[in-house]
Amino acid sequence: MNDTPDAPPDITLKAINWNFYYGSNHALHDITMDIPRRQVTAFIGPSGCGKSTFLRCINRMNDLIDGVRAEGSLLLEDQELNSNDVDVIALRRRVGMVFQKSNPFPKSIYENVIYGLRIAGVNNKSVLDDTVERCLRKAALWDEVKDRLNHSALQLSGGQMQRLCIARCIAVNPDVILMDEPCSALDPLATSRVEDLIAELKQDFTIIIVTHNMQQAGRVSDLTAFFYMGKLIEMDKTQKLFTNPGKKQTEDYITGRFG
Amino acid sequence: MVHHTINGKAKPIGEKWVWVTSMGLAVGLLMVITLLGLIVRNGLAVFWPKPVSRIELTEDSRFAMRGTNVLGGMIAGSRTKIVQSAEGGDREWHLMVGNKDVYGATFRYIDHAAAKNISFPPRAIMVERMEYGFAIGLPAAIHMADGTVIAANDSTFDRDLKALINEATTRRKEIHRIERKDIGVINHELQQLRIKERRLSSMPDGETDAARAAIGARRAELQKQYETLVTRAAAMRAEQNAHRLELELFTGESRQLPIGAMVHAHYPNAMGFGDKLAHFGRGLWAFVSQEPREANMEGGIFPAIFGTFVMTLLMSIAVTPFGVLAAIYLREYATQGLFVRMVRISVNNLAGVPSIVFGVFGLGFFVYFVGGSIDNLFFSETLPTPTFGTGGILWASLTLALMTVPVVIVATEESLAAVPRGVREGSLALGASKWQTIARCVLPASAPGILTGLVLAMARGAGEVAPLMLVGVVKLAPSLPIDHIYPFIHLDQKFMHLGFHIFDLGFQSPDSDAAQPMVFATTLFLILLVVLLNLGAIIVRERLRRKYATGAF
Repeated sequence: MNDTPDAPPDITLKAINWNFYYGSNHALHDITMDIPRRQVTAFIGPSGCGKSTFLRCINRMNDLIDGVRAEGSLLLEDQELNSNDVDVIALRRRVGMVFQKSNPFPKSIYENVIYGLRIAGVNNKSVLDDTVERCLRKAALWDEVKDRLNHSALQLSGGQMQRLCIARCIAVNPDVILMDEPCSALDPLATSRVEDLIAELKQDFTIIIVTHNMQQAGRVSDLTAFFYMGKLIEMDKTQKLFTNPGKKQTEDYITGRFG
Repeated sequence: MVHHTINGKAKPIGEKWVWVTSMGLAVGLLMVITLLGLIVRNGLAVFWPKPVSRIELTEDSRFAMRGTNVLGGMIAGSRTKIVQSAEGGDREWHLMVGNKDVYGATFRYIDHAAAKNISFPPRAIMVERMEYGFAIGLPAAIHMADGTVIAANDSTFDRDLKALINEATTRRKEIHRIERKDIGVINHELQQLRIKERRLSSMPDGETDAARAAIGARRAELQKQYETLVTRAAAMRAEQNAHRLELELFTGESRQLPIGAMVHAHYPNAMGFGDKLAHFGRGLWAFVSQEPREANMEGGIFPAIFGTFVMTLLMSIAVTPFGVLAAIYLREYATQGLFVRMVRISVNNLAGVPSIVFGVFGLGFFVYFVGGSIDNLFFSETLPTPTFGTGGILWASLTLALMTVPVVIVATEESLAAVPRGVREGSLALGASKWQTIARCVLPASAPGILTGLVLAMARGAGEVAPLMLVGVVKLAPSLPIDHIYPFIHLDQKFMHLGFHIFDLGFQSPDSDAAQPMVFATTLFLILLVVLLNLGAIIVRERLRRKYATGAF
């Protein structure tokens, strides 16, 4: 799976000494990492280690919580995200997100996919129709729903809903897709479909995925970062991290001795 | 000590509470069913024909009237005597003797023991009239205008009587149309001319001569039209008195009644079940579709149904956006803290303020302050006659909207809070602004809950009486709030309301015996109207719920 050439990697996202606080709770300590373009980076670690928090820093979803504070630098294509000047709405169009629990809107399948376009003011019917078909095909959902695009999205199965959320996310054509444990509520069959989809999507998008499932990290990711107690312990090519980890803590976690 | 087993030999501790909870439900249901049963039974019994009896009293009975010991009427009921009397026995009839123009009172109580002989003459007739209620007796003959007499035992008598009454009804409708509609339009235009003229009077004479002349000409023309219509109506009125029905009362008098004043006639003692059913249906329809007569004790309740309906609709239109916007701000935008909590508690407590207080507020604020200001600004020509500065359907609706707004706010807040966080986050993560998220995702998902609040508000608003008495409800409204005269919807109009109608019939009417059945029937229709309005909202809610299939509410 890991067949990237050893050329200097093209960096999309860069974190430098990133610290994050929930009130007085210091959640992330001095995170420094580079996330390469059009590859899948997995964040692993025990619950509460800060991997989801870091993910939510990237599209500033933590802004919704009162009393949060960040220090350090987070650069998306060399643009600083830790600044009050950042247009959060524009940022979120560039950084899509797929959540742990699928969250389709109480609308039709069609309207779900084009939601991002509608709120951006796109109303051209042919553009919308094309987007729906393209994104649903890309999300491997088109054949299952093409005859009932006007039905409520809430009637889909769990796996279909999650793929719809992915289709909805890629409809706005983001640079980066964040996935917060996208398969944790799905059965093995639906999980494997989503994993196949991730492998497809990395042709076009930079993907960051948080997962509790080590096998999943091994299957889908090119790079893996191990978080523990709010610190980035180790980050390396997935194959190397899983077969020959550099740190004792990583090895203990991977082999199941704690966490 | 009870040992618990899973194979059902011993029941777990606490199961006996099932009985207590179910008893709570049973008592509640019993009360509701009893009340509804009472209203439905008494409300519908009004329209079911009852037999007319001819009662021969014992000699020198104190119940004798008009110097004879025979009387008759419709037996409205039989009850245990309240005061014991010399006759003995413990039951008495509630007898509708009718013929109020002769007897003075419509109802009498007669002891069972005072009756020597009771019979049900098959030819006994009950004639519903525009005035003085029912005429009850035995038909003798019809005296036509040309002097012909059709005797009661003539084979064509029943058919002729029916045809004449139908003819009279048609003519009465025509008179009504002329007087209300045609003359109403002319009066309206005359009023407009008067206002225009008054406006002109503030300008110098020279410039307005032409306009004045035009007004004068138009007025003369309208006056001529008016005269024509009045003459026509008068002629038709005279015609109404041409044919007469001779009726022999049970007490012996012979009366000649103008057929033009009759609404309907039937022979209750000769009716089969089918006839009774048809009579029942006709009575029900007349009650729903006609205007009230005789201090609301006769006729129908159509204006009250219509007024209640329009008022509730206007109230819903006013309360929904108001309450929903307030709830959105409280739940979505306001920083949750002590202040917001206090506001929320105050809103909830507002629901406990006695409704009459809202009525007083509505009178002071809406009617006198807002209405008075509107009159000064836009209707100063008609002052001192107020247009909006007096009670009206708009002010009544707004007062009720104010009263029910806490219900809508609370329900909306609950349903907003029930929208899953994931939906909001999903929307925000796609680059939606907060308002876009609320308008496109949160509100549609919470619409069923908002409609639940509206259902509760409508039920509370439609059944309210006390505040309405201060802000625009009247005993008898001359016209409907929506009619044929431009601008068709008259928000300043006073209106009738079923709740007030019940109060008026039950406590303000001159003849409580005659009014009592109307109270039940009106109550029945108020409940039906509320059920109907709620059903409408519930159907919309189910549609939405199926559309979004959230099932969270």
